[in-house]
Amino acid sequence: MGQGLGGLGVDEEALVSALGKWRHQPEKRAQLRKSFAGFFTADGGFERFEDDYIHYLKIEFARFKNIMVLWAMHPWERDARWANDVLHKAHPFDIIVEIACTRSSEELLGARIAYHALFHRSLEEDVAYHVRENFSNLLVGLVSAYRYEGDSINEEMAKSEAKTLGTAIKSAGVRNLVENGEVIRILTTRSKPHLRVTFKYYREMYGKSIEEDLGDELCLQETVQCLDSPPKYFSKVMDETLKDGADKNTKDALTRVIVSRADVDMEEIKAAYHEQYGAQLEDVIAMKTLGNYRDALLSLVGQ
Amino acid sequence: MSTISVPVSVPSPAEDCEQLRKAFQGWGTNEGSIISILAHRSGAQRRQIRDSYAQAYGEDLLKVLDKELTRDFEKAVLLWILDPPERDAVLANEALKKWSPNNRALIEIAMTRTADEMFAVRRAYRGRFKRSLEEDVAVHTNGDFRKLLVPLVSSYRYEGPEVNASLAKSEAKILHEKIEEKAYGHEEIIRILTTRSKEHLLATFNDYNNEFGHPINKDLKSDPKDDFLFALRAIVRCIICPERYLEKVIRLAINKMGTDECALTRVITTRAEVNMKHIKEIYYKRNSVRLDHALKKDTTGDYEDFLLALIGQDA
Repeated sequence: MGQGLGGLGVDEEALVSALGKWRHQPEKRAQLRKSFAGFFTADGGFERFEDDYIHYLKIEFARFKNIMVLWAMHPWERDARWANDVLHKAHPFDIIVEIACTRSSEELLGARIAYHALFHRSLEEDVAYHVRENFSNLLVGLVSAYRYEGDSINEEMAKSEAKTLGTAIKSAGVRNLVENGEVIRILTTRSKPHLRVTFKYYREMYGKSIEEDLGDELCLQETVQCLDSPPKYFSKVMDETLKDGADKNTKDALTRVIVSRADVDMEEIKAAYHEQYGAQLEDVIAMKTLGNYRDALLSLVGQ
Repeated sequence: MSTISVPVSVPSPAEDCEQLRKAFQGWGTNEGSIISILAHRSGAQRRQIRDSYAQAYGEDLLKVLDKELTRDFEKAVLLWILDPPERDAVLANEALKKWSPNNRALIEIAMTRTADEMFAVRRAYRGRFKRSLEEDVAVHTNGDFRKLLVPLVSSYRYEGPEVNASLAKSEAKILHEKIEEKAYGHEEIIRILTTRSKEHLLATFNDYNNEFGHPINKDLKSDPKDDFLFALRAIVRCIICPERYLEKVIRLAINKMGTDECALTRVITTRAEVNMKHIKEIYYKRNSVRLDHALKKDTTGDYEDFLLALIGQDA
C-alpha cells in the first residue's frame, strides 16, 4: 500500500490490488491499520482514521480529477476560476501576476470575459476590492492591461525607462517600490517586447539584472520574470513544485502550469528546466507523481 | 436612436464613388455633393464606399478628402468616415496629445461606450498607433489624473443587472467619508468609480442620496474651479445619464465664446448613429431651442451643413 501513496496523486492500480486481495480477511486489514500508526489512532475498541490523513487522501485522489476537468475546460474559464479562487480563498497572489503577465493580450481579455459570465463582476473590481496590500494598484494595472503586441519599439524610450526604473530602485529602498507610480506605469502598460529591451538596457546600465535588484519585493520580481520570460519563470515554478516538502499551494502549481502551458510553450519550459536544473522535466515528474495523475501529466508534457 | 437618414433606394458603392470622384474634379470641390452622399450612408455603407474607391481609383478616400477639404468640415468628414472604434481611437489620441486637466474628452469616450466598444477602441488604438491606449494615457497624464484615467480606459465593467445591495450601501458610505476628508484622489474613490458596474454605481449613488440627503455631485462641487472634481462629477453624470452629459457638452461647446468645434464635432460624429435623437430631445427641453437652430446660429458653411445632416435636420 505504501507504493500506492507518497507522491503527488495516487497509484490507483497498486492500491486496488493491495487492498482488494484482502476480501473476507478483516484481520489483515486490521493489521494494516495497526501498522500505519501515524494514520490510524487507537480509540475505544478500534483504530480510527486520522482526519488529517483522510483530508490528505482526498487531495491526492482528486489530483487526477482536477487535471481532467481543467484540461477539458476553455482556457478563459480556467484563468477566470483560478483568479477567483485566489481572491476568495486567499491563495497566494502570485497566481494573479502569473495569469496577467504570461497570457497574451487576447487571452487575458478572454479571462475577463469569462469572469463576467461566471461571477457577475469584473476581474479588476474583485482584485481592487480583495487585494488590500500595497501591491493592489500594481495587480489592478496588470489584469487590466491590453498591451500592444507588435514589434515596434522606441529604443530611446526603453533606455530612458530603464533609467527611471533604476533610479526608483536605488532611491526608494525596495519597500515602497511597488507603489511607485512610474514603476507601475512602465510595468503595467508597456508592451512585452519593449519591456524586454528595457530590461536589457537595465542590465547594461547597472550591471545586474532588474530581477536581482528586485530581490526583496517578490511581487515585482515575479512580475518582471513573467513579463521577461515565461518559460524561465515556469521552469522555476516546476522546480519548486517538485521539491520535497512543498506546501499545498506549491504542489497545486504542477497541475496549473502543465495544463495552462501544454499548448503554449511546453517545449521552451522543458528546455529552460533542463538548462537550469540539469534534468529532464518529464523524468522528474515521472519520479514524483503516481497513477493516473502521472499519466495525465506526462501526456500533456509530451515526450 | 440614430439621426442619420439613408435614402430608401441607396445607390451602389460604385455609383457613390463615381459621384464623389466628380465632386473632387475640376476647380474647387463640390462639398454639397459630398455631404449629400456621405452624411446619408450607414457605417457599413461608408466602409463599402472606402473599399470601392480604393479599388476603382487606387487612392485612399481619406487621403483624397484630406487634400480636398479644409478645417472643421474636413475634420468632421474624416472622423465620420472612420469606423467607430477607429474614430474613438483617433479622438483619444488627439485628446492625449494636447491633454490638460480640463480636457474631458477621454472621460467622455471611456464612460459613454460599452465595455466591449471600449475594447474595440483599444484594439483599434494599438493597430493604428503601435502602442496601447493605456500606455499613452499613462505617459501624457500625471498625479491623480493618471491614477484616475488609466484604470478608467482599462476597465471592462460587468454589464449585468446583479448588484450586491449591502456592498453598494457600504461603498456609498466610503465615498462620503473620503469626500468629507477632501481626499478626492483617494484610492477608494478611484477603485469604486473605475471598477464597479453601472448598476452597482447607480445603486450606490441612490444610497448616497438616501443616506446623506443630497446627490453625491453636490458634495463634489465644493470647489467649482477644481478640474479633478469636475472629472469625478463627469464620471458620475455619465453613469446616471450619458445623454444628459453629452447634451451639456454640446451646450457648452455652442455657448462658448467662439465655438468649441472640437467638442461639437466629436459628440455629433460619434453619437449620430447611436443616441443623437435622445440628446436632441434633451437639448430642446433644456434650452427651449432646437439643436439645429442653435447650430445654424453658431456654425457656418459646409461644416454647418454637415453637422445638420448628421443630426437629421438638413433641408
